[in-house]
Formats: sequence, C-alpha cells, structure tokens
Amino acid sequence: MIKLRAKDISVIYHTLDGETEAIKNLNLEVKEGEFLSLVGPSGCGKSTFLNVIAGLIKPSKGQIFIDDEEITKPSNKIGYMFQRDYLFEWRTIYKNIILGLEIQNKLNGDNLRMVEYMLQKYGLSAFKNYYPRQLSGGMRQRAALIRTLALNPDILLLDEPFAALDYQTRLAVSDDIYKIIKNEGKTVIMVTHDIAEAVSLSDRVVVLSKRPARIKDILEIKFSIKDRSPIKVREAPEFKDYFNLIWKELDIHVE
Amino acid sequence: MLNENKIEYSKEHELFLKNVKKRKVLIVFTQILILVLFFAQWEITARLKIIDPFLVSQPTRMLKFLIKLYQNGELFRHIFVTCYETIVGFVLGTLIGTVFAVILWWWDFLSKVLEPYLVVLNALPKIALGPIIIFWVGNGRPAIIIIALMISLIVTIISVHAGFKEVDEDKIKLLKTFGASKFQILRYVVLPSSVPTIISALKINVGLSWVGVIVGEFLVAKEGLGFLIVFGGQVAQLDVVMLSIIILSIAAYIMYILVASLENKFLGWKN
Repeated sequence: MIKLRAKDISVIYHTLDGETEAIKNLNLEVKEGEFLSLVGPSGCGKSTFLNVIAGLIKPSKGQIFIDDEEITKPSNKIGYMFQRDYLFEWRTIYKNIILGLEIQNKLNGDNLRMVEYMLQKYGLSAFKNYYPRQLSGGMRQRAALIRTLALNPDILLLDEPFAALDYQTRLAVSDDIYKIIKNEGKTVIMVTHDIAEAVSLSDRVVVLSKRPARIKDILEIKFSIKDRSPIKVREAPEFKDYFNLIWKELDIHVE
Repeated sequence: MLNENKIEYSKEHELFLKNVKKRKVLIVFTQILILVLFFAQWEITARLKIIDPFLVSQPTRMLKFLIKLYQNGELFRHIFVTCYETIVGFVLGTLIGTVFAVILWWWDFLSKVLEPYLVVLNALPKIALGPIIIFWVGNGRPAIIIIALMISLIVTIISVHAGFKEVDEDKIKLLKTFGASKFQILRYVVLPSSVPTIISALKINVGLSWVGVIVGEFLVAKEGLGFLIVFGGQVAQLDVVMLSIIILSIAAYIMYILVASLENKFLGWKN
C-alpha cells in the first residue's frame, strides 16, 4: 500500500544573488512500513525534499500526499528526527520527551502511559529525571526518538540522524534505533550521505542526482541472511555489491 | 557522574584536596588583610598628619558619623531609599526591556525599522535627559527611578533581542514539526534558551541602575546615599562623603551577589 506520494515536486530557492533550482520534477512513492533512504551528492537538495514532506517548505510546484491526503503544513502523521538530538538542556529527559505532546495539548493518560511504556522498554526509565547533559550521545538520540514516537506518527523522517555521532557509537545507535523503529512498525524516509548506512538500514535506496535533484536510480536492497539487523548485514555477501553499485551511481569526483 | 557512590580516596588525592582548600583560605585571608591594612594606614597617616583628614577624612571620624547617623535613625532610611530606587530601576529596566525585545522578535519588520533609532538612543548619554524628566514627572523619587530605568532600558532591549535571534534555528524547526504556534515557539524555546542572556542583562543593569540612581539623587533628592554625598560635599564634610561611598560600595556588592545567585537558581541544569 502506498503511504506517501510525492508528485512532480520542484523547489526553487530565491536569494538576492539569484535563484537556485534545488529539486526538479521529483516523483516518489513510499510503501507502508518501508525503510527508504535518499542518498545523493552533498548539497543536492535531499534535506530540502525532507522539509517539503514535513510541510516546513512549500514546494514551488507539485504536491505531497499521505494516505491520499494532500499535505500543506506540518502533519501529525509525520515525525521528524534531526542530525543532532536537540534535546532542550533546561528540561529533564522526561520533560523533553513529552514536549511534542505538551505543544499539541495531548498530555492525557493514554499518551503518558505510552511514554512510560516506551521509556521502560527502551531503557530510559532510570534516567527520566536526568538532564540531557548527563546522558551519552547514544542515549540522547534514543530519547530524541522517543520524543518523536510519543506523538505516534506513521512516517518518520530522519535527516542524517547518526551523523553527529562518532563511528563506533553510530553503528551501535543505528542498530538500536533501527530495532525500535521496526518494532513500532513505522514507515521511514532517511536522508544520509553514508552509503554503508543507507545499505545496512534500507529496504530501498533512492540515488539522487546533483542539483537540481532528480531520481537517478532506485535500488531494492535484499539480503540472503535471516533476522536482518544493520550490523549483521554488513557481513552479508551482497553488502559490498550494493555499496559499490551506489558508489558508482553517485559518480563522485574530487575536483 | 551517574554513580554517586562515596569513594575512598587515595592519600595523594586527599593531599590534593587539602592543598586546594588551603589555597582558598589563603586567598580569602589575603583579601581581608588588604582591607585591614588599607584602613589601618589611613587612620595612622591621618593621625600622624601625613595626610590631611579634612581632605580625605579618616576611619574613626567616619565611624563616629556612622554611629551618629544610626542613633538619629537616618542611616537605614538613606540606605533603604537608595537600594529601593536601584532595585525598582533595574528590575523595571530588565522587565520592560525584555518585553520590548519580545515585540521586536515578533515583528521583524518593526525591529528593522527601529534599528537606527535604537542605536542612536543607545549612544545618547541618558543622564542628559535628566532635566527633561524632572520637568515632566517632578522633583522626586519617580524622576530618580525613571533616570535609572532609562540607563538600562535600551541596552537591555538590544542585548536581549540579539540573544533571541541567536536561538538555534533547528530547535525552532523542531517545534514547527510539532505544529507549534509562534507564541509556543516563544514560550518553549526562545524565552527559556535566553534565560542566560536575560540574567547577564540583569547583572549589567544592577551596575547601570546604581549610576542612574546616584546621579538622580545628585539632581533632585532630599534623602538617600547620593543625597548624602552631595550634601557632604556642599557642607565640606568629607567624612559624610567618604562614609556614604563606602556604604554604597558594600550595598552594591551585596546586591550584585544576590543577583548573581539568581543565576545558580535558574540555571541549575547547567551544573
């Protein structure tokens, strides 16, 4: 079933120096429960595309549909995760996690019970009265994910969610976050510049061209191993083939 | 950090802690010693007629005058009046300044329009407006408070507004993804992340407000420490002037400490 559809999206940026075409006639369909990654050369407009889906930027042309409904402003069906966790230093972990609920005036028993349950399940209960500064990068990112999940979105947009972490932590956290997301059965669109990350997490990888972004290729990622997890698939024989394929598609040269 | 168990320290660490403590005590001791030596030499050189007590006063004379002021009940009245005017001045300056900063943050167009006017007002020595204010609100306490307020107001507007604009755009974006309104963005991100800026404005305003109040009292007052200083000068009583200045320094110091302690209260999450 199609969860999200981008139809003929074009985005033009205007500055005093002129205009820049960031995205041109982009069409994309994302299936329910799918983990989809967007990779592309840096500055190609992939984060812009994510902002369009989130309803934060109005496209110059085209429409976004979620469950066949057009999106024109931030929707409750979408949760956004950033490169950094953006936990508010002056709020405790618990207060940070219920921030979205507070803003949408949804601090009711059911939602708070859900938050308690997630805190318990994902190992943050003991830290709920700590300040973000007192937690490790991995735990903070997990808290940021629970903050997003607390609003129970259908679709998660991840904008290079692990880029701010060091390499070892990134592997562990992406494994961790992947399991949580799969467990909750969410549809995911992730932007990344890390090819290995895209291959290890995704069901499909969309390769974008240089600016203005167009779709160059879409790859189905399938592994022969059972019980797929981001760390395990790095050992799979297909992993390096996908990696090389995307690397070639990206066609990156140091000039 | 997550484990706050009590730990047995090694001998070396205990020695280290002891040395740190020793150094702290030594610093406080030296600070007090400087003060004692300063007053002692003042008294001695005055008695030996090396300096002229008529021009620079002398600690025992000031003490005598202090006791006199205390006995006729005027001491605390003067201190209270000046402190009251100062506190009202900097609290109002910070509050009104922050409100204006919020307005400028809300209407970016207005902030762009007003920018050159704010720069001019900031450059203007507010004391120059003293006579106009006295003319408008009369020769009394309101005039003093308004002068104190004016000194801190513009600089508060400018610095707090700058603080608002420095709030992380991505934190604002996060709230927008939650569908937050502009007021919610103000309440949940902009104001809380600007608390450090507002407190530092408050700390600066304490000092500015003292300047405003003392100048105000020079101009119009019939009571207060600024009045005592002018009065002492007019009747050639340097004891009164010196004593008032010393009381003023102590009061200003205590007030600064109190305001600085607000920082610990509101920024507890930092430690």
